[in-house]
Amino acid sequence: MTFIIEQLSHEHLGPISLSMASGELLTLRGKSGSGKSQLLRALADLDEHNGEVALQGDTAASMPAHQWRCRVALLPAESQWWHDDVIDHFPADYHFNQLGFTSETATWKMSRLSTGEKQRLALLRLLVNEPKVLLLDEPTASLDPHNTHLLEELICNYQSEHQAIVIWVSHDLEQIARLGGRQAMMLDGQLQEVTP
Amino acid sequence: MNLISLTPIDLALAALLIVLLAITSWMLHLGIAKQLLIAAVRTVIQLLLIGLVLKLVFEQVSLLIMSAIALVMLLAAGREVVARQTHRFTGPWGFFMGTGAMFLSSFVVTLFALLVVIGNDPWYLPQYAIPLLGMMLGNTMNGVTLGLAALTRTAWQQRAIIETRLMLGQTWQQAITDIRRDSIRIGMIPIINAMAAAGIVSLPGMMTGQILAGTPPVEAVKYQILIMFLVTAGTGFGTVIVVNTAARRLFDQRQRLRLDRLSRVKE
Repeated sequence: MTFIIEQLSHEHLGPISLSMASGELLTLRGKSGSGKSQLLRALADLDEHNGEVALQGDTAASMPAHQWRCRVALLPAESQWWHDDVIDHFPADYHFNQLGFTSETATWKMSRLSTGEKQRLALLRLLVNEPKVLLLDEPTASLDPHNTHLLEELICNYQSEHQAIVIWVSHDLEQIARLGGRQAMMLDGQLQEVTP
Repeated sequence: MNLISLTPIDLALAALLIVLLAITSWMLHLGIAKQLLIAAVRTVIQLLLIGLVLKLVFEQVSLLIMSAIALVMLLAAGREVVARQTHRFTGPWGFFMGTGAMFLSSFVVTLFALLVVIGNDPWYLPQYAIPLLGMMLGNTMNGVTLGLAALTRTAWQQRAIIETRLMLGQTWQQAITDIRRDSIRIGMIPIINAMAAAGIVSLPGMMTGQILAGTPPVEAVKYQILIMFLVTAGTGFGTVIVVNTAARRLFDQRQRLRLDRLSRVKE
């Protein structure tokens, strides 16, 4: 399975070309406003853009956008919730049994959750679709070290189990070193791969 | 019972109340006194003009003149819908969405009432057609305005939630479903309230007018029930059409939320 980005551009972004194989992880860093979030949004087809993105030979344009977003999933820095109860954001037959969550989690109210719990639940919610590509926009930016560790573990487990492709935006150099994989910098809308 | 004709003095007495209200608003610094007076003056001028127009039209029964009047009423209602929006669709969409919804619902229901229910000869007899269409458009305009405003305002505020739902692989219909449903409700609640309160809390204006003009109350009531049902149907369908069209327009072919198609109007 390959994830291929070809001549992707939009306003101040790109053109960017990149190719990633199954199970690969790329960390992406760069100043705010350099285009990291715009890149992830374009990859999930949430913004207009030029160029092509393809997964396993199928381009985004070749399928309805919602099917593409099931395969190429974006996790924003801040999670959004619209029902009062946790359970209503998940499929009816969902089992909470990982990351410190139990069957009791299903009965929780959204209002009593901490930022860390919300972010972990947001990730679990996204993984329901079993995406092939995970786009993570500073997922641990607002988390303490303990919650950061939990989230990293969850993502890395998912990645190795499903041979998923991960693009991870992070400013934390220690985290980047911990995660390993490929590294890239974003500078004025241009992506440059760097050797770790 | 003979109709008591109102003299200019009678109207001036009523106008005195508006002036008193304007003075009160001015003293309370509500900043609305000027608007109030302008609206009052507009009422007088517009109604006097339409009185003259109706007098002419009633003497000259013609389908062409009727159609022209209907078109003017529709365009005026369309303009009002746009003027009430805080988040407007840019380009011609903003105007034609509301106007199109009102045309489809109000005109179809009015035609149905004139041709099938009332069955005058000719069916476009202006004494029936103009007041009927006016009531249809006036109410449908409210529903369309409220529904459209609620949809665009909420979508603007809940952008992050809608996009999160898209990121989770929902279709645009799923991502906007709650907002769409609430907006249609908001558009329809006033007219449902009006039906529920009719006769107990309020005596509808048309019925009151007929009774004042000497129509037997039960005859006036029958007409009022007819009007209520027509107006509710027109408002309901108009609101459903405009909210659905607008919801579709908020997304593009790739199911991206396109708030750049709205422009925010400063209040």
